[in-house]
Amino acid sequence: MATLELGIDEGDVVRPAGRTRRLGPLFWAAVGWTVFILAAAALASLLPLPSPTDMDMLERRAPMSLEHWLGTDGLGRDELARLIYGARISLTVGLCAPVIGVAIGGALGMLAGYFRGRFESLVVGSMDVLLAFPPLILALAVTAFLGQSLLNLTCILGVLGIPAFMRVARAATLTLARREFVIAAQALGATHARILLRELLPNVFLPLLAFFLLGVAVTIVVEGALSFLGLGVPPPISSWGSMIGEGRESLEIAPRLAFIPAIAMFLTVLSFNLIGDTLRALTDPRQGAL
Amino acid sequence: MTEAALLSVEDVSVDLPTPRGNLRAVDHVDLTVGAGRTLGIVGESGCGKTMLSRAVLQLLPKKAKLSGRVMFDGQDLVRLDRERLRKLRGRSLAVVFQDPMTSLNPVLTIGTQLIETLQEHLELDGAAAKRRSTELLAAVGIPAPEQRLAQYPHQLSGGMRQRVAIAIALSCEPKLLIADEPTTALDVTIQAQILDLLAREQRRRHMAMIIITHDLGVVAGRTDEVAVMYAGRVVERAPTPLLFKNMHMPYTQALLAAIPRIDAAPHTPLPAISGRPPDPTRPLQGCSFAPRCRFAAGLCHREKPVLTAAESPGHQFACFHPILAPAPAGVSA
Amino acid sequence: MKQDVLRSVSRDPLLRVQNLVVEYAVGGKAIHAVSDVSLEVARGETLGLVGESGCGKSTLGRAVLQLRRAESGRVLFDGQDLTAMRGDALRKMRRRVQLIFQDPIASLNPRRRIGDIVAEPLVIAGVGDAGKREELVREVLSAVGLDPSLVMGRLPHEFSGGQCQRICIARALVLNPEFVICDEPVSALDVSIRAQILNLLEDMKARFGLTLLFIAHDLAVVKAVSDRVAVMYLGRLCEVGPAEQVFAHPAHPYTALLIEAIPVPDPDVRPAESVAVGEPPSPMSPPSGCRFRTRCPRADQRCSDEVPQLRELAPGQFAACHHPLIAAG
Repeated sequence: MATLELGIDEGDVVRPAGRTRRLGPLFWAAVGWTVFILAAAALASLLPLPSPTDMDMLERRAPMSLEHWLGTDGLGRDELARLIYGARISLTVGLCAPVIGVAIGGALGMLAGYFRGRFESLVVGSMDVLLAFPPLILALAVTAFLGQSLLNLTCILGVLGIPAFMRVARAATLTLARREFVIAAQALGATHARILLRELLPNVFLPLLAFFLLGVAVTIVVEGALSFLGLGVPPPISSWGSMIGEGRESLEIAPRLAFIPAIAMFLTVLSFNLIGDTLRALTDPRQGAL
Repeated sequence: MTEAALLSVEDVSVDLPTPRGNLRAVDHVDLTVGAGRTLGIVGESGCGKTMLSRAVLQLLPKKAKLSGRVMFDGQDLVRLDRERLRKLRGRSLAVVFQDPMTSLNPVLTIGTQLIETLQEHLELDGAAAKRRSTELLAAVGIPAPEQRLAQYPHQLSGGMRQRVAIAIALSCEPKLLIADEPTTALDVTIQAQILDLLAREQRRRHMAMIIITHDLGVVAGRTDEVAVMYAGRVVERAPTPLLFKNMHMPYTQALLAAIPRIDAAPHTPLPAISGRPPDPTRPLQGCSFAPRCRFAAGLCHREKPVLTAAESPGHQFACFHPILAPAPAGVSA
Repeated sequence: MKQDVLRSVSRDPLLRVQNLVVEYAVGGKAIHAVSDVSLEVARGETLGLVGESGCGKSTLGRAVLQLRRAESGRVLFDGQDLTAMRGDALRKMRRRVQLIFQDPIASLNPRRRIGDIVAEPLVIAGVGDAGKREELVREVLSAVGLDPSLVMGRLPHEFSGGQCQRICIARALVLNPEFVICDEPVSALDVSIRAQILNLLEDMKARFGLTLLFIAHDLAVVKAVSDRVAVMYLGRLCEVGPAEQVFAHPAHPYTALLIEAIPVPDPDVRPAESVAVGEPPSPMSPPSGCRFRTRCPRADQRCSDEVPQLRELAPGQFAACHHPLIAAG
């Protein structure tokens, strides 16, 4: 007596209404800003901006005007252009460094959580060693040794992020690898590779992505801090951090030189945080809803 | 009803707003429990029995909306202020939950949890509370009670933990004990022990008890009255022997028939109920059981049946096409 | 030899488990989850494996499928030793033996569509092309009572427990296996759905010609679907025999205890003050000799000194007890 117990009609669309509820105006504002700043940074060379390196010694610290929308800085360079080109640097480091972290850390974490045993101890142990180094000092040491460059900075920040991603991936994998659908796949004779890629990865992906966005936010701030101290990107490349650093000298005369890049950084970091948080809240696959 | 009921649930409904729409978890339920009597509430998951018990305890989720009255010992719990309600809970009104691992605080010792309850409600001092705790643990059948006071929940087995939970519930001599699926998480041999314990304590203390379960077997020998719930409503209510021998509601009969019996021969096909319970966010216009009921006719799909009295006193059912003949052979001994 | 004694299922056992021991390490100590268990399942029969939590029945099920490595002992499937197989040979065998789990929702990958999930065994086994696979998936989904077009494109969380279990059964059957191990397949389901799934399993068994190992803690459920029954306690077999016989005349005191403890939905049957004494001992330090002796009203010194072996007490019925409830006949 095989009975059809499905109560779903063709007309019903089981739309998860909860999803739309949580994407409030704040979320969309964050998305809006992120898209805007990413687009501006990407299309910087196409925009009708004066060159960020052109110095106009006669117009130093000029206030906001039609010619210079955000004024000029201490060396007469257009602030708006610097802001947008600075966004390029901050965002490049901010996005690329965590990519290194998620790729290497995520892979290690998944493998450690799946295979357990000695391999796991090895991975976790190495991460602990890495974490034992004070990150800022390590970054300084590396840049001092290998030289200050955008590539070196990105790499070292990426490497410093590996333990955190490893932790997230491993935690997610540990809970999932116990679940019966993984055992079911093993019972079907699936190879380890197949289980990792087809069963585990789709489930670990979203928490990792959410954490990745939070990592972007953190990296922007760290890069900003390093550049503020003059230890990040080398001149003439400038990021928001170095802009804030330079603006420090002009705080009495033209405080906007420090505050404008700071506000831009604040909004960007906040937006990434909001999007990351929202994604994290949405990544629980529903278990029978109500 | 000769004596006033200790607990009287009057026309209680519970609504929960959810992303999918309004969920009517409990739909106009009336129930009474007299002092010293045991009521069994039986139903499958989603029928609203847990929400009902939360409504009685006033422990509903914040978003829930409750209508109706819950009269306990003369007071309407719904209107009662928070402070007096808190004093009632644990003291006169006690609960035992399904999973003792989560209902006991894992980072506090058993002793601390027991003594805490005693001190809060009975205002005993430390030494007296400790003595009483030891007595309680012994009363619920835990060997070496003094040693147990210093242990943590994870050091005890599931059955032991549930005994501790019962001890905590009984510690202040409650007038009413609500046991929400108390044995579902336990092995069958331990199940019997725990149910015996509850029955024994109930007789000794002349306590009223509500046992909530999905297992008709659990209520059969241990309750005075049974209420069967389906989709948020009480669909049949009767003194226990009457319910099993002379059930009127087709759902009750189908539920009983669907349970595999130990005395049936192997490979006997089970008369399963086709389909599944309705989606509580999309209540049906007519009887909620109609889509699955083999007696359903036109009226059943249009109107909701209300509880009407049967010929025997205390027996009520909600059905337009009740089964009127006594239960067929094979059900009664 | 014990193996000969067990050959009540003489003809052609599809599955033969010999002296299986499965351990797991807890804080440095090795605990036997399955302790020297031997049993057989004949082609076409359903063997019910029953016991309470901690008795090792689930571990035994997984060990048979080689999802848990056994410490010692052999598992012979259709004459071939599964314990000695590795890699590809083992994977090939997996097509013939399948597993259904207790929690139907957790058994399905929450991020994959039903159509993909049920087709997965076919993909892993390299059966047919996409078109042929879809056809097989549709066929098996209809067989378990689900409408393929409504079901295939959806995700697991959109279905109820009972429907998910049907999907799991479909996935287990799509490769047309010979042997299916059901590990508590209905425990997590509501009573009314339970009956549906049990009926479905019986239907599928008949239709696909399956042999089943049905593991559960609910005796009535086990009895409803089994031909023979094996009772386990703390890693050891207590009793094995035809279902009807074992339940009507249990030989082992533990079996009797289990039967007595079942709540009967009949108000006239007064539940006797249970004779169940005490709690199951911790698996960390099981009692010497017969493991059930600490709770057995018939235990004596011999039970503590000597481990009882399975012996035939009635035609086809074996019990491991020094003082069984039925005299050896």
